Amino acid sequence: MMAAAVAPELQARTGPRQRVLVYFVLGIVFGVVLTKSEVVSWFRIQEMFRFQSFHMYGVIGSAWAVAATSVALIRRLKVRALTGEEIAIAPKAYGTGRRYWIGGTVFGLGWALTGACPGPLVALIGSGATVFVVAVLAAVAGTWLYGVLRPHLPH
Amino acid sequence: MPDLLTRPWPWYVGGPLIGLMVPGLLLLGNKSFGFSSNLRHICAACFPGKVSFFRYDWKQAGTWNLAFLVGTLLGGFIGARLLATGSVALSAQTQAALTALGVHDLSGLVPREAFSWAALATPRGIVMVVVGGFLVGFGTAYAGGCTSGHAISGLADFQKASLVAVIGFFVGGWVATFVVLPLLF
Repeated sequence: MMAAAVAPELQARTGPRQRVLVYFVLGIVFGVVLTKSEVVSWFRIQEMFRFQSFHMYGVIGSAWAVAATSVALIRRLKVRALTGEEIAIAPKAYGTGRRYWIGGTVFGLGWALTGACPGPLVALIGSGATVFVVAVLAAVAGTWLYGVLRPHLPH
Repeated sequence: MPDLLTRPWPWYVGGPLIGLMVPGLLLLGNKSFGFSSNLRHICAACFPGKVSFFRYDWKQAGTWNLAFLVGTLLGGFIGARLLATGSVALSAQTQAALTALGVHDLSGLVPREAFSWAALATPRGIVMVVVGGFLVGFGTAYAGGCTSGHAISGLADFQKASLVAVIGFFVGGWVATFVVLPLLF
């Protein structure tokens, strides 16, 4: 029962305790970058969905370009992780694709309303906009309801 | 350099740094960059019930990502304290469009008229904060990822699923922007 529920990318083992600190530090960098480059701003997200500024497209596009180049290099050079593990990126099963169409659209509605995707929702709390605690709790509730309804939803 | 500490960062500084999270996490411990998995881990940790989607070893699968989340919270604090400018340098068209929509206060990172404890008691606040947050959580779980998992790490690996999800993000965002928001202001 348990194995069926866990996506492959979640099964990778968590490293030793010291490594958790490194993930924490990477998270700090992520939060600083999201805030300083204004990705957390509802206004910037409005600009993006109205196609009125290059800023967010530049952020996402250059992030993608750096990530894609790195992934290609890691693959080509067969680099291993610091843990010694072989780096394997689990492909996302496409299936009928319905979960991506529907889920993606539902998330997009939420993204434009809150002006934030999950990372920025959390960074905004840190930035002092404490009302986003409510948004994060609502997001947890949304994920929970999905988990409950999952057997009955098209995927 | 001091400029980078006191002013907002342009896209060509912020974007590549976000992109570096992908190889950083892969090299550190073969982890896939994806923030919304944390929502699932929180459910699995706090109220898994009998729901099979939440019955897994969240400590083993998600401790690293939850540590990343706590870091992001602190990073938001640091970033906002280092951010000297009060307002986002929005394009003139967006300023005009938002003013026409009925958003009067364009200062700060988010509009106070929607995102404050006082506004939470209004229909606008409920829809934008509570309903919006709920849709973020439901949608990312359904789609199996958010902006980081699909638009950045998924597309970086040229996954068809991620491309479809990202198109969905924009369809939903467009509907919310042009259909739902005008009803709220």
